[in-house]
Order: sequence, then C-alpha cells, then structure tokens
Amino acid sequence: MSVSIIGAGMVPVREHWSKGICELGGEAAAIALDDAGFSNIDALYIGNAYSATYSRQTQLGSLIAQHCGLGSVESFTCEAGDASGGAALRAAYLALAAGAVRSALVIGVEKATDIVGSGRLAARNVSLDADFEAVNGATLTALAGLLMRRYMHEYELDLSQFEGFSLNAHRNGARNPLAMFRKPLRPGAFAKAPMLSDPVSLFDSAPDADGAAALVLVSGEHSADLVPNPVDIVGSALRTDSLMLQDRADILRLEAVSSSAAAALAQANLTLADVDVMELHDAYTILTALSLEALGLSERGGGCSWSQDDGRRIALDGDLPISSFGGLKSRGNPNGATGIYQTVEAVLQLRGEAGDNQVAGAKHALAQSIGGLGATVATHILSAAPD
Amino acid sequence: MSADATQTGPPAQRMQAGDYALRGTVFSYTLVQEAPAGFEEQAPYYLALVELEDGNLITAQLTDIDGDVQIGNAVEMVTRKLTTEGARGMIVYGYKFRPLIK
Repeated sequence: MSVSIIGAGMVPVREHWSKGICELGGEAAAIALDDAGFSNIDALYIGNAYSATYSRQTQLGSLIAQHCGLGSVESFTCEAGDASGGAALRAAYLALAAGAVRSALVIGVEKATDIVGSGRLAARNVSLDADFEAVNGATLTALAGLLMRRYMHEYELDLSQFEGFSLNAHRNGARNPLAMFRKPLRPGAFAKAPMLSDPVSLFDSAPDADGAAALVLVSGEHSADLVPNPVDIVGSALRTDSLMLQDRADILRLEAVSSSAAAALAQANLTLADVDVMELHDAYTILTALSLEALGLSERGGGCSWSQDDGRRIALDGDLPISSFGGLKSRGNPNGATGIYQTVEAVLQLRGEAGDNQVAGAKHALAQSIGGLGATVATHILSAAPD
Repeated sequence: MSADATQTGPPAQRMQAGDYALRGTVFSYTLVQEAPAGFEEQAPYYLALVELEDGNLITAQLTDIDGDVQIGNAVEMVTRKLTTEGARGMIVYGYKFRPLIK
C-alpha cells in the first residue's frame, strides 16, 4: 500500500531551556497536524535516542500521546542512536504499508540540554559499545577522529579537503530561521578551528541541541483528497553494520549506507541520477565523504571531490545539493529528532515551500539517518506527487 | 552498490581476555580533548585503534607517551586504571597500549 506524508512541522533547533520533551514534541506535532488539517491519528511513533540518560525519562509514547491529547493511541519509542528518527519513520512506514494502521504521527524529539559537558558525553555514550569503547574513554567524536585520521592517512589528504562540506552546510543554515548556527563559516577558518578530537575540530562536528520535528502520514491513494500537495514515500529501508569500527573488515566502507540506499532506490525504481536533493547525516565531514563514496557518487578516497571549490557542487544550485537547510552541522543535531528534521526539510523541498533554501524544481529527495558511525542507517526516498 | 536483500554474515564473536595478541601497531589515533564523565582528569588522552599482530583491531587508550604518536608505531598491551566508579571510587582496571619497549 502506498504511504504519503500530508503534514510536516518542526520547532527551531536551539537550547530550549524552558521546554521539556513534552512541550517540544507537542509543538512540533501541533504544527504538523495543523499543516495536514487532519487529526484522526491511529498511531504515534517517537524517534528519541537519549531521553533515558539525558533526562532520566522513558515511555515517551505514553507521555507525548497524552500531552497531545491522542487518548489511548498506540505509541512507543524507536531507538537506534542518532538514527532514531529514521527508525521511527521506518516503523510508521511499515505499519502503514502493511495496512495495520491507516494514519500515523511520527515525532522526533530530543532534549539534550538537561545535561551539559562531560555528563552529556557520558549520557550519549550509551550508543557506543559499553565493553570495548565507552569503558576505554571513547566518545562518538573520538571515534570519528579515528576514522578521519585513517582516511587522511590512506589517501594523503589534508584538512582543507573537507572544508567545503562545512562551508556548504553553514551557507544553507544561514538562510534557515530554524537553524541553530546561522553564521556562514569564513573560508580558511575550518583548518584552524580548535580540535575536539583531532583531526575532528569544532567546525567539523555537529552541535547537540534540543529540537522536535513531526510528520503526519497516511496510507492508500486518498492522500491527494486530503491535501493539495502530498509527498509520497517511494522507498524505505533500514540496514545495520557492526556497532564498532574495530569489528568491521574495512572501516572506510560504510556498508549500511550503501545497502540501505540501494534497497530504498530499488523499491522506488529510481537511481541517484533522479535524486534532486539529499539530506545526508553530516554529523562529521568524514561521514559525508564516506557516505558519498558508499552511495557510489565517488571512488574510494574521492568523497572530498564533492567539497572542492567551497562546496559549489553541493550548493543549493549545484549538481547535487546536500544539507539544504544546513544539515546537522549548521541546523544542529537534536540526535533522535534529526532524522525527522531531515525528512521535514525534504518534504518542504518537494512541495516547493523551502523558501530561501529551495532547490529549484526538486521532484525526488533522499534522506539518510545514521546511528553511530554507520551502525544503523535508515534511507528514505521521497517524491513529489505528480502534477 | 547492489540492490541485494539483507546480506547474512557469520555471528560476531565478542572478544574475551586471552583472545588477543598483546602487541600491535597504531592503526589510527586521536587526542581526546573533551572527555566523558569519569575520564575528565585524564584529558587530554590518546585513543587509538590498534592493529594487533593477529590482525584484529582493538579500541584502547595509549599511555606512557613521550613525544609524537604516528600511525604504524609499535605498541604493547599493559594493565592500567581506566576510571573509578561510584561514591567509594572503585577502580576499574583494563588494558591500554604503550610504546613497545625493545
């Protein structure tokens, strides 16, 4: 059965000191439901990664369903680290495609600023391997540093090769009123930025933030009767890889990026040549470079070819626009909500409602949500309804 | 990129003490500036992927570093304090790698 998105909403990505999980999730849901003009929701799926350790709170399904006045609706959390948003969308898609529910609300929500500094890093570390990584003082950023150092070593690259990815993200984020960081990066600043876990620097790493985004989905062929501009989910796939880098036969190959995209594109009967805009999981520039390679858009070691000339090829008017609203780097990374932000942004592109961030004439979009450094990857292909 | 269905693989065996070679070389490394709770006092510290002599990769801190670290440096496993836990400061011991003493 076909699945369509008829409503989308998101709150600004910020440090929302005065709002909790319920308020953030409820606000995003209200925007999406109002956008859809539809409130007959059969099920609510929550994408959230760290509420247990950030806020000592679980059972968000019940909590947010009640807050939204959805009564006794089916509702539970989907967790897959920073791919939790993509996983929640996948769960909704499965339920709708199977005909088990006729409508669903998906809310990605994260409240990261209940905890700060080393406490937040420890809280986030539950998504690493507890016995082999976290116990040794690893963090996701440190592991990204290991990945990037090895990549730069094997292909003899320097930091400046990666700069265009961050420049592009901030250029697009500067146009997005909902983005966390709305300042463009000055060319040349990237390679001089303070190191977090070298070679990963402050200007290379996406900021954790509070946020919530929501989608209203329906099944069947009647979506065009409900709204003038439905967006169809034409491909949906989720794949996994070893949680740890140390267990992968080839750490520089993101297998689940490749296999989930291949499956989603095959289902959509599309190729990447048909895709007009991509929301990739650019938590670190090395993830973007390796994702482009795993997608088959460049040779091994050649992912940074897309970042050259200040990222001109991936700009809003480039060959293949990426991170059109700023990506994780500039819009911000509200962890378990991020996959839904990506999808909402893709929906706005396909409706032609992306404002200053519009990719002209976008018909097909790819959104990819990554947990860890490629351990869980959800890929969704969205298409604008035919005119 | 293939459109094959989910690929199967052998079940992964989690390593146990005694499974690994005790020497190897630095496969990759990073200097961790922002440490998680329990590791703040050690920061900055080196974290590495070590390629052991048996071909396995292992994630561990480097210790006893005097000077630069380079990919390919020979290292050996040693037992060290990793962190402390709880109000009573129970010590968690584990492995780190130091430059190979010839």
